Amino acid sequence: MFNFGIWTSEFNNFLMGFMPEWATVLVECVIIALLVLLTYTVLALFYILYERKLCAWFQCRLGPMRVGKWGVMQVFADMIKILVKELISLKDTDRLLFKLAPYIVITSSVVMLACLPWGRGLQIIDYNIGIFFILAVSSVGVLGILLAGWASNNKYTLIGAMRSGAQMISYEISLGLALITIVVLSGTMNINELVWQQESAWFIFRGHIPAIIAFLIYIVAATAETNRGPFDLPEAEHELTAGYHTEYSGIHFGFFYLAEYLNLFIVSGIASLMFLGGWMPLHIPGWEGFNQVMDYIPSVVWFLLKSFFISYVIIWFKWTFPRVRIDQMLSFEWKYLMPLSLANLILMAVFVAFGWHF
Amino acid sequence: MNLLLEISNNTLAVTAALTGMGLVFAALLIAKLISPKSYSVKKAEPYECGIPTRGESMIQFKAGYYIFAILFLIFDVETVFLYPWAVVMRGLGPSGLLCIGIFMFVLIMGLAYAWRKGALKWK
Repeated sequence: MFNFGIWTSEFNNFLMGFMPEWATVLVECVIIALLVLLTYTVLALFYILYERKLCAWFQCRLGPMRVGKWGVMQVFADMIKILVKELISLKDTDRLLFKLAPYIVITSSVVMLACLPWGRGLQIIDYNIGIFFILAVSSVGVLGILLAGWASNNKYTLIGAMRSGAQMISYEISLGLALITIVVLSGTMNINELVWQQESAWFIFRGHIPAIIAFLIYIVAATAETNRGPFDLPEAEHELTAGYHTEYSGIHFGFFYLAEYLNLFIVSGIASLMFLGGWMPLHIPGWEGFNQVMDYIPSVVWFLLKSFFISYVIIWFKWTFPRVRIDQMLSFEWKYLMPLSLANLILMAVFVAFGWHF
Repeated sequence: MNLLLEISNNTLAVTAALTGMGLVFAALLIAKLISPKSYSVKKAEPYECGIPTRGESMIQFKAGYYIFAILFLIFDVETVFLYPWAVVMRGLGPSGLLCIGIFMFVLIMGLAYAWRKGALKWK
């Protein structure tokens, strides 16, 4: 596998050659910021097209076909269109909070994106409590949604925000417990170490039964956490117009839309990191030749393919299951999913304590 | 292994946060420059399907959400307590299992009590 750290450290040495240290750090931070920005926008545009095409195929349609080959330019056209739409200023909104909400939602998803490992040596933020940091930042995003609903001074947005808040905080517990199950197995929270530990085999194979149960719990909780699929009742369009972002217009609405798609990528990225090995290729112990062939595929490709696959499954949910009611949604989490994930955590602890895992 | 070994993680996290804010700020600026502007009384009304809004909208709303928020607080703090244990679990062996078993038992009793009291029922 190619180590991207070689490139970056060489670039760093090159800059250090003729610049003082503070200038080097500044230049590198600006380059990182631009790269993150570029990745963020390109991923969001890709995801919008990805979902539109997939949902069309699930319904036996073609999806966008007119603009560009297979409609790939459609998302660019939409982006330009949303930029030239008017930003309607409303009468009774709480102006400060109304404007603050998109900042919070976008910032939390950008910071989470910067934590994901993209490839060998291709990771920006690398705390030793990496996975915990990601969870902490993800819970800040709820705040933005609640603010958006509250500040809009509209009944639909208020109900949408309340539902969204209740849903996201409830499923965050199951999400956290599913991730703790893997932390018990690995004994580290550092993202880079988590990936390297999966060199022999991915955690979903190494962890015996509890890892597979944790993976299923994680996928369900992640679907709810991103307000998607059968759990999209905060934006149930026939009850609540558009949920918490009803009053936002133009690019103001676009931010929530962007953050929603990016959050879909981020939860898929975390799933591929914690269960499917991150950027680590598929290795089967004992099959030396097979492992070497797998190593020829670049690490970035592995990470992206796994993430896109999990996103595909989450999008598939949306077109398969009907939307649940709020009481069903809450009782499903508190009466079934959370006790199950607690039991699964204890099961994993038993497996680790007695060494029954691989 | 960082992307750039010489920069601390805190600097990078702040850079990422500033990037997010910069994205929102720049896009809003561009939109303000190129988007049309018009004003009418009807347009500034809240979007509630054409009917004028009745009463306040920023109200205290439904106590059911409040109960779930309190339950979330309890269980989220518990998850935070579980992380340090989870990291050292491998070294502790069966004794660590026993300790966390007692902790979990108390919590599950709490959940069972809330369930019994009907706090998990959506009214």
